[in-house]
Amino acid sequence: MKLTLKIWRQKNADTKGKLVDYQIDGIDGDMSFLEMLDVLNGQLINKGEEPVAFDHDCREGICGSCSLFINGEAHGPDRLVTTCQLHMRMFKDGDTIHIEPFRATAFPVIKDLVVDRGSFDRVQHAGGFISVNTSGKTVDANTIPVNKHDADMSFMAATCIGCGACVASCKNSSAMLFVSAKVSQFALLPQGKIEATERVLNMVKQMDEEGFGNCTNTGACEVECPKGISLENIARMNREYLSATFKG
Amino acid sequence: MSGIFNSSIGRKFAMALSAFFLMIFLLQHFAINILSVFSPEAFNNTSHFMGTFWIVQYIFQPILILGVIFHFVMGMVLEVRNRNARKIAYAKNNGNANSTWMSRNMIYTGGAILLFLGLHFYDFWLPEINTKYIQGDMSGLLPDGNYRYFEELQHKFVDVWRVALYCLAFVFLSLHLLHGFSSAFQSVGANNKYTRGLKGFGKAYAIIIPLGFIFIALYHHFNY
Ligand code: SF4
Ligand code: FES
Repeated sequence: MKLTLKIWRQKNADTKGKLVDYQIDGIDGDMSFLEMLDVLNGQLINKGEEPVAFDHDCREGICGSCSLFINGEAHGPDRLVTTCQLHMRMFKDGDTIHIEPFRATAFPVIKDLVVDRGSFDRVQHAGGFISVNTSGKTVDANTIPVNKHDADMSFMAATCIGCGACVASCKNSSAMLFVSAKVSQFALLPQGKIEATERVLNMVKQMDEEGFGNCTNTGACEVECPKGISLENIARMNREYLSATFKG
Repeated sequence: MSGIFNSSIGRKFAMALSAFFLMIFLLQHFAINILSVFSPEAFNNTSHFMGTFWIVQYIFQPILILGVIFHFVMGMVLEVRNRNARKIAYAKNNGNANSTWMSRNMIYTGGAILLFLGLHFYDFWLPEINTKYIQGDMSGLLPDGNYRYFEELQHKFVDVWRVALYCLAFVFLSLHLLHGFSSAFQSVGANNKYTRGLKGFGKAYAIIIPLGFIFIALYHHFNY
């Protein structure tokens, strides 16, 4: 497969970037998208040029590091996959592929395709946890009965890997899908109920402070989310937030 | 409770509440307008009642105007904030792959509706206020002793350009509602087993009501 790549190159956070064209040949349909970039980087290094910086770690869809906006979609044209799981067979010989970083004011570019998603971490720190006594008398979570439906819904919310594709896809750069998944995974479980009020208030406050946009329910996040996190979580967070607010 | 409207979810909630209010108002407006097709007399009587009953005039009308202003101002505020949330645009963004055109262009369809409301106020509301509160004529009668409302309505739909603009505005309203109706429910946290049905109902509402307004305009244009 022969491809033309239009890749965002930016030296560092303080410089302006631009799209740079690269020609690449010999790409196999069974390669992953990141392997294709590895090939490109190999060639760039051989030519003495600066390789393209991009985030990755597990390369199996679980860490949420990889974060490319490919041909106008977060994680590319396939559904329910991360960039590292995207296969080159999704593209055709002769294609031109745009590769850009996830764009949001709250995700500033560090270099090339690497963005700083520390804003997500700060939202998590604001309330994405439960307080458990770990002094040795910790009660096993399995001893607390949870109905199957809630357990499943909580688990589904907990599959969010914090990749940020929801923010990148949203025309408003809203982080509601991510934050709602993190709120929901605890809101549905007895262990999460105790801190439910502060959790949702603090996390939403932090989310707003980070400069994410306001959700207008376009639903783009749900479609592009590699883990299929549902908009139901956003509705749940809205309920949690409103009841927490009116409670006090 | 403090600062709820300073939070993203609070603003969203307020936007949805004003939307519900406006959607109910639209239904009521339609119900009265459609009377003009079936019975000029019923239309006249209802218009006179709405135009003179103090609860409608002094309570509902100001609330409605505030509701409209609130919905628009908040819409603009959200748009500005959302634009700031992504200062560098994507070189290539395939929005059609993940969302509807309607959902991404609420600010434009809303802006078109706002322009139309300007015309609508100029056409109907200002003359009403002038007749009733400046000239002090609360009778609702023409010199010949008949109610004026039906005749005023017919007159407005003589001009083909006004009818065309009117129809176009309702196309924009339909596009706005196609996203707005179900979006308002999601914003207040209603996403459950009824959501699919509600979405279908919302689509029907978003198409039938504007189409009905267009029908009324065309009906009077061709039957005058
Ligand atoms: S909700 Fe989905 S798209 Fe957003 S961070 Fe989590 S896994 Fe990624
Ligand atoms: S590299 Fe870990 S999810 Fe893609």
